[in-house]
Amino acid sequence: MRRALPIFVVLAGLLVAIAVVNPYFLEPPAFLAFVKRAAPLVILAAGQYFVIVSGEFDLSVGSLVTAEVVIAARLIDGSAEATWPVLALLIVIGPLTGLVNGIVTTLLRVPSFITTLGMLLILSGAVFLWTGGAPRGALSPEFRELGRGSLGPVPWSVLILVAVAAAAIWAMRASFGHTLIAAGDNDRAAALSGVRVARVRTAAFMISGLSAAVAAILLGGFAGVSAQVGQGLEFQAITAVVLGGVALGGGRGSVVAAMAGAFTLEALFTLLNLYGISGALEPAVQGVIIIAAVALGAVNLPRRKAAAVS
Amino acid sequence: MTQQLKLRRVPAGGSFLRRLSADRPARAVYVALVLLVVLGWLLFALDGGQFLSQENIVGIQQRSAALGIVAVGQTVVILAGSLDLSVAYLISLTSLVAAEIMAGADAGVPAAVAAVLAVSAAAGLVNGLIVTRLRVHAFIATLGVALILKGLLDERYDGPAGSVPASFQHLGYDRIGPLPVSALLWAVVAASAWFLLSRTRLGYRIYAVGGDAEVARLSGIRTGRVVVAAHVLCSVCAGIAGLLLASRLGAGAPTVGTDGGYDLESIAAVVLGGTALAGGRGGVAGTVGGVLLLAVLDTIFNQMEVDSFAKDVVRGVVLVAALAIYARRRRTA
Repeated sequence: MRRALPIFVVLAGLLVAIAVVNPYFLEPPAFLAFVKRAAPLVILAAGQYFVIVSGEFDLSVGSLVTAEVVIAARLIDGSAEATWPVLALLIVIGPLTGLVNGIVTTLLRVPSFITTLGMLLILSGAVFLWTGGAPRGALSPEFRELGRGSLGPVPWSVLILVAVAAAAIWAMRASFGHTLIAAGDNDRAAALSGVRVARVRTAAFMISGLSAAVAAILLGGFAGVSAQVGQGLEFQAITAVVLGGVALGGGRGSVVAAMAGAFTLEALFTLLNLYGISGALEPAVQGVIIIAAVALGAVNLPRRKAAAVS
Repeated sequence: MTQQLKLRRVPAGGSFLRRLSADRPARAVYVALVLLVVLGWLLFALDGGQFLSQENIVGIQQRSAALGIVAVGQTVVILAGSLDLSVAYLISLTSLVAAEIMAGADAGVPAAVAAVLAVSAAAGLVNGLIVTRLRVHAFIATLGVALILKGLLDERYDGPAGSVPASFQHLGYDRIGPLPVSALLWAVVAASAWFLLSRTRLGYRIYAVGGDAEVARLSGIRTGRVVVAAHVLCSVCAGIAGLLLASRLGAGAPTVGTDGGYDLESIAAVVLGGTALAGGRGGVAGTVGGVLLLAVLDTIFNQMEVDSFAKDVVRGVVLVAALAIYARRRRTA
């Protein structure tokens, strides 16, 4: 937990900074709106955490999100009765994609960077091929309720986020989490002590795919249908996980810190907007801050682990 | 990642294919390349065309030159155990730097080339120092630098800017006999990188650091400097690719690097060529084969009028399948 501490300090600092500029931010409605906006990225980061802590990468989640939203829009095409079957289908597609990623990575032994890069190409190509360039159809109001609407004062997406977070924390405390970390820390030692490394890693990819499906459902409702809805999300999710002090290469870090990392990124975007740094310069400032935050986090690392750049 | 576990043994016998590829993955890519050329020749023949026509070969060379130059740089940095995701934006930036300094005048060419080399070397230095001094993982460090470059490009440019004099466009379009000048440029870059990696002290050190940074450090190599040098070389290659693309376009363009997908595609070509993503194993020869493989695949797609989105799907499958075959070879060898 000591490794995770800096991210909570940074997050608290950012939230205070936002509140100073905009005191209204700490009122429940505004704060819930912030959490709602952050929910898809936080869920994606939680899923990415499982893959990263097991020692792999998942670059396919952004295109998976796009694919899911585009598929949903085309199949639902505005009709209410199609909503639930399509939702069920989306929830199946996510882990299925993860299963393919996992099998190719663990059984065929393709580095996950390439496996998921290939999956990214395949998914984005397939989506455009199927839709002919521009997404067609529309989401039904019932579908969009999940991303936009709320139960009383609490948005659905916040409730879903809480459920996902609870499930993620539970999974990491269960024996699954321990074997996952063991596999990421040293897969040979883990295999020799009886961990089925291929199986837990494949499960991690499936969890990542599932989280992409959930994020897509929320984003589809919140942001609407476009071919760009998932663009760059994979890098944001990986950045969030690393901001949370989780070591690329596996074996270290907590899922709570990874989710805090995603909140930190979202708080950063909010703050940049408040200061009027939007549009063009936003990515530049974001880049500087990400490097700085990760660099600060790395200062406490033992020398050897940090020196291994890959 | 999983790769570190696999021990490589030189096989005593085995099938022809296995013998070709098991000890040196770079050979596998050339075997695949030959097979693909044969396939392309057959497909073209069925269509009543000629695959190995001069026009086609020149086209393949021209198409692959820019990616090839970037991929050679990427090879160096991957061998050192790092990687560079910022090359695509750096290519866009250097194409703009080149075209704006030239401003259509022949007199500006030397200054523009010098400026591009300086800018790209500086970008590599920044990447390298962030990775080694600040100890940020290369993935995040170069992604961050990519975002910074993207911000600068978005802030300053809405569209193409500057212009390249006609004399400089010879670089992109001329041929010496059957050989395009751009392909010669690529060959020179690749040959220099090959010489550097296999015949110089820095080259040996790059392999040593990528193989095991800690062992390299204990045996007296200043690992930080080696990684920084690799990043500078990679960025300079991206700068050269930026010059080439500027000469091809006649102007600088803020999206030329990202539209070409040079970041992920160059990494894909390197890995196709048998270089280990974890570093320390592989080389430029394989990368050249990987780039040519992608270019031949593209030519076949064009001939068959495959939809551009379907191309992406097939490329993804080919990439994953190729690496799955390598991994299998390495294991059974």
